[in-house]
Amino acid sequence: MNLDLDERERAFQEEARAWLREHVPAEPLPNMDTPEGFTAHREWERTLADGGWSVVSWPAAYGGRDASLLEWVLFEEEYYRAGAPSRVAQNGISLLAPIIFEYGTAEQKELYLRPMADGTEVWAQAWSEPEAGSDLAALRSTAVRDDARGGWVLNGQKTWSSRAAFAHRGFGLFRSDPSQERHRGLTYFLFPLDAEGITVRPIGKLDGHPGFAEIFFEDVFVPDADVLGTPGDGWRVAMSTAGNERGLSLRSPGRFCAAADRLAALWKERGQEAPASLGERVADAWIAAQAYRLYTFGTVARLTGGGDIGADGSVNKIFWSELDVRLHETALDLLGPEAELRDEGAAAGGAWMDGYLFALSGPIYAGTNEIQRNIVAERLLGLPRGKR
Amino acid sequence: MRFALTDEHRGFAEALDDLLGKAEVPSVSRSWAEGDLSGGLDLWRRLAEVGVTALRVPEEHGGLSAGPVDVVVAFEALGRHLVPGPYVESVVLAPALLAAAGDAAPALPALEGLADGAAIVTVAAPPATPFALDADAAQVVLRLDGAALSTAAAGELRVSVDRSRRLFEVLPGEELVRLDAAVVAEALDTAALACSAQLLGAGERALATSVEYAGTRRQFGRVIGEYQALKHMLADVRVALDFARPLVYGAAVSLATGSADAPRDVSAAKVASAEAAYLASRIALQTHGAIGYTEEYDLGLWINKIRALVTAWGTPAFHRGRVLAAITATTA
Repeated sequence: MNLDLDERERAFQEEARAWLREHVPAEPLPNMDTPEGFTAHREWERTLADGGWSVVSWPAAYGGRDASLLEWVLFEEEYYRAGAPSRVAQNGISLLAPIIFEYGTAEQKELYLRPMADGTEVWAQAWSEPEAGSDLAALRSTAVRDDARGGWVLNGQKTWSSRAAFAHRGFGLFRSDPSQERHRGLTYFLFPLDAEGITVRPIGKLDGHPGFAEIFFEDVFVPDADVLGTPGDGWRVAMSTAGNERGLSLRSPGRFCAAADRLAALWKERGQEAPASLGERVADAWIAAQAYRLYTFGTVARLTGGGDIGADGSVNKIFWSELDVRLHETALDLLGPEAELRDEGAAAGGAWMDGYLFALSGPIYAGTNEIQRNIVAERLLGLPRGKR
Repeated sequence: MRFALTDEHRGFAEALDDLLGKAEVPSVSRSWAEGDLSGGLDLWRRLAEVGVTALRVPEEHGGLSAGPVDVVVAFEALGRHLVPGPYVESVVLAPALLAAAGDAAPALPALEGLADGAAIVTVAAPPATPFALDADAAQVVLRLDGAALSTAAAGELRVSVDRSRRLFEVLPGEELVRLDAAVVAEALDTAALACSAQLLGAGERALATSVEYAGTRRQFGRVIGEYQALKHMLADVRVALDFARPLVYGAAVSLATGSADAPRDVSAAKVASAEAAYLASRIALQTHGAIGYTEEYDLGLWINKIRALVTAWGTPAFHRGRVLAAITATTA
């Protein structure tokens, strides 16, 4: 048991650190859920891609570095430590791309991966529906076969689609076999958001910015070439291990460790006037971030050894999402009466409040933490499913 | 990097689980609490046979020169099975102190005796550890004040909430030697690490017992484990233990590599393992209801042990303070 890096890993880490030191914008970019922020963040994706750092874990043929899982974690640590911008391309890169690699056709890989990697095309996810949130399998949007045109006709409504207000393309599940229920009879589709019949209505988030949107589908034609995986097999495709491992389940610890270090710095600056109980909370936040980091190294060892993440992904999600909220709450309490400020004169330009508002979504998305607790109790602890 | 137990570690853990699983340890622990030490001392000899007492003794003195990771593996098993006795003191702390004292303190027992389990040593190290645990089971009682190591005599027996922790006042004796402060600090950190591992093991046991009970106990016509309120509480325990464990092993790696961050990492491990185990004990009691609150039912032995260990080898406040001091010293 060790935490040592080998020569290749250290070199990779140092190269990333040096590149980021040189390229991370000195001033924070405008919020990515604003028109000017979206543009600025796409330009940043382009800069990352030019340096070869936008998709380190992808194969070199698609702009990546064939980085190992551990190297990916190391890159993310450096990325957040450097205070680099949020990733506007995140949904595509971490949720969709692993699935394209596993299930996509040669044509889909050729067409979609490179523009995704360099910020040319930003992808929005279209999972939830008004009546299907955590209970995603209750979704009702339909796909009807159109043999004459060689494709499918989509109808229905998706909602809470992150990035959809400004994104170029979307991906999501539709019910392609009305005779089947729940997880069966679903198909995974890719579609341009400016397709005929699609209407996107932005929704303001708690922070006031249109970070997500509703998407209405009215007889939207999607050719067979844009079906991902086999028709009817959408649930399995969407839930595939690859998507979970590098996507939401294995959320990189870099973000939390960097925030915990900034919190420690804030305590150093303001702690003298604060009650000792706040100091204990600062320590707890740092401990939790460190726990997450080490836990991730353990997961990397398991996955590298051929294991899979399974229901431990739920343990993981509960922990990081609640850690993120606690960490930011502590910073806000430490800032005292100034904490509520979000203008330019606010401490750190209001970054702690922005981070807090962002963190509040964590316990909700990708299946609320209550759903995750059910999964932990039933699949890991083996408690009976029964009636809840 | 490979942050995972080796096959050897797993084999050691399985051997200990196998031995202790058949040893009826709760009953041994109850006897120990009443001053009947025979069963516990027998267990001491059997654990010595599989190498537990030799772990931290250098090879040249008949020991295994095992690292902190092995200590964690062993003490997690001791905690899981409720083994009574001054293991932290005699297996972790004493070998380091005796090795550091060397020829300067000829009155001390030989390291060889510690390794083969013949000698049992207990140590009080005020202020964090003011009493000598199980002094009546030990041939030698020591007292550590800062870097000063003294002989001591056992005084009055105090009563712990965990009655198998027989805490004795120490009457100061003769100062034997002043040790290297860094060696003492590392020895005390390794003791706190061992205590963290015990907490982890005890917490795991409290969770396992609760899950088992929730899967059989019926109320209102169904198994109580079907109720979501209970599921969510038990899931929270799973999460807390799963994230305390890597901190405990991470601290072991820091100690093994002589990292300057080791004190910080040990403190983080102690805070998190105490919090997780304590949550496990509280939820275990709530899951069991009145039966868990009885003296007769064994769960209470774990509940009381966890409560005692939460403040042993440095309180949560002490360890949080060390973490805070360390992280504010290193950040800009």
